[in-house]
Amino acid sequence: MLKDITIGQYYNVDSPLHRMDARMKIILTVVFIVSIFMCKSFEALGLMVLFTLIVNIISKVPVKMVAKSLKPIVIIVLFTSVLNIFYIRGGTELVNWHFIHITSNGLFTALFMAVRIVCLVVVSSLLTYTTTPTVLTDSLEKLFSPLKVFKIPVSTLAMMMTLALRFIPTLIDEIDRITNAQKARGADLDNGSFMQRIKALVPVIVPLFVSSIRRAYELADAMDCRCYTGGPGRTRMKQMKLCPMDFVWLAATLVYFAGIILLNIYFKAVLAK
Amino acid sequence: MSDTFIKFDNVSFAYDSEEEQPIRAVNDFSLAVPEGQFMAILGHNGCGKSTVAKLVNGILVPTKGKVTVAGMDTADEDKTVDIRRNVGMVFQNPDNQIVATIVEDDVAFGPENLGVEPSEIRKAVDTALKAVGMYEFRKREPHRLSGGQKQRVAIAGVIAMNTKCIVMDEPTAMLDPQGRKEVIDTVMKLNKEFGITVILITHFMDEAVKADRVVVMDDGCIALDSTPKQVFKNVEKIKALGLDVPQATELVYRLRKRGMKLPDDILDENECAEAVLKLLEVKK
Repeated sequence: MLKDITIGQYYNVDSPLHRMDARMKIILTVVFIVSIFMCKSFEALGLMVLFTLIVNIISKVPVKMVAKSLKPIVIIVLFTSVLNIFYIRGGTELVNWHFIHITSNGLFTALFMAVRIVCLVVVSSLLTYTTTPTVLTDSLEKLFSPLKVFKIPVSTLAMMMTLALRFIPTLIDEIDRITNAQKARGADLDNGSFMQRIKALVPVIVPLFVSSIRRAYELADAMDCRCYTGGPGRTRMKQMKLCPMDFVWLAATLVYFAGIILLNIYFKAVLAK
Repeated sequence: MSDTFIKFDNVSFAYDSEEEQPIRAVNDFSLAVPEGQFMAILGHNGCGKSTVAKLVNGILVPTKGKVTVAGMDTADEDKTVDIRRNVGMVFQNPDNQIVATIVEDDVAFGPENLGVEPSEIRKAVDTALKAVGMYEFRKREPHRLSGGQKQRVAIAGVIAMNTKCIVMDEPTAMLDPQGRKEVIDTVMKLNKEFGITVILITHFMDEAVKADRVVVMDDGCIALDSTPKQVFKNVEKIKALGLDVPQATELVYRLRKRGMKLPDDILDENECAEAVLKLLEVKK
């Protein structure tokens, strides 16, 4: 049952967004994130939301799934909104009752913040919905490879990430097995107070660490046997290639980015600096 | 059988231990493996057979004596990569030797490390996966495969490097009978069709029977070394070493003890049945 988990949250359909080169996807995501924090007018904000919606539709990832990725941040969004509403002063005063002062500026800031965070999470989760973790790691390795000049071991770090991803299902299996073994010997993992349950986890975690270390040694031997040196001279079977469609995406994103800048210039900024 | 491919010359190896005496695993061990041979190594736990496996491709370096692979000394660090390119290794636990999240990426790992051209890697990976019968599974995730399939992926990963020899350290110990059969059939096919030298370390006598040569180890030394037929004639000696003989051999051994005139070199059920039939016909 646990074996059936997918690593990461890749959503397997075929869409233009899935086919886009992952390096391009990462760069364009960063461009979009920058644009999010540049929106100052309602018009710019509107364009950003529109862009987010269009990208979501093109990706063919169901809105329901994307909404699910918003669940963990609901509290953060609410918290920052509430803080902004009560603490930002300026503009027309809307409510003035005892110690509560709400101003138009506070309200707008709260709204902008909430929309920005939601769009940020939606677009970045679309990146992981449309790219497998392996491809993501490979393209991060490619993108950061210039850092090799500064003696940063980019390919070694990428290998570590790949191995971490590879061992997630193996370790889940292992936890399952150890938990069952401890339960069979009478360990009570599900009842008791919070502290008791934490303490009950120790007999699961200790064997897990021991076996992981043993695995690591065996894996190191296996990698040695297959001539892994961690040094230069390694090639890759799968080469990443940019195709014309990737540049169409690049152009579209740049047009969008220019649009945000223009809307900021021509329309009144809502937010105080 | 052509030239000697792997050669152990009076090799000893001891593990460092916390106590004062280092633990001796292999002791004055000499062995020559010709190219293309299918050799099985048997022995009870702790007899040094896994150490021998690790000595072949330089994961361990002998404390005394010399191991050479195709004339290269394993103690020579400049030759390590060349040696490992020639001698691939498959371990007991398939989970601990697969490095990638997709089957074909894992098979490509070895050639990638050697710096082979991408198009050449593609060809090598496809050939290797077809050779072990896992080509249809190339896009799968390794953790969704059965143990036998995982082990065959590991074998593909080794032969994708164009290796001449595979050393297998109890590759079937964690598998079910179906998985064991898959792996052993694959290994035999690679040995027969591609002429790959195989050193198979195992606990299973029915696997050892299929080899060209069986070496029985005891306490870091060679106790018996011959063809399966010759080795399993020594039923008493093998039992004294804490090992079993194949079931058919055991049966014939007991029948012979009761005075029946049966040959002493029977290894499998068919041979056994034929021999017994022959005996019955003579009695008529």
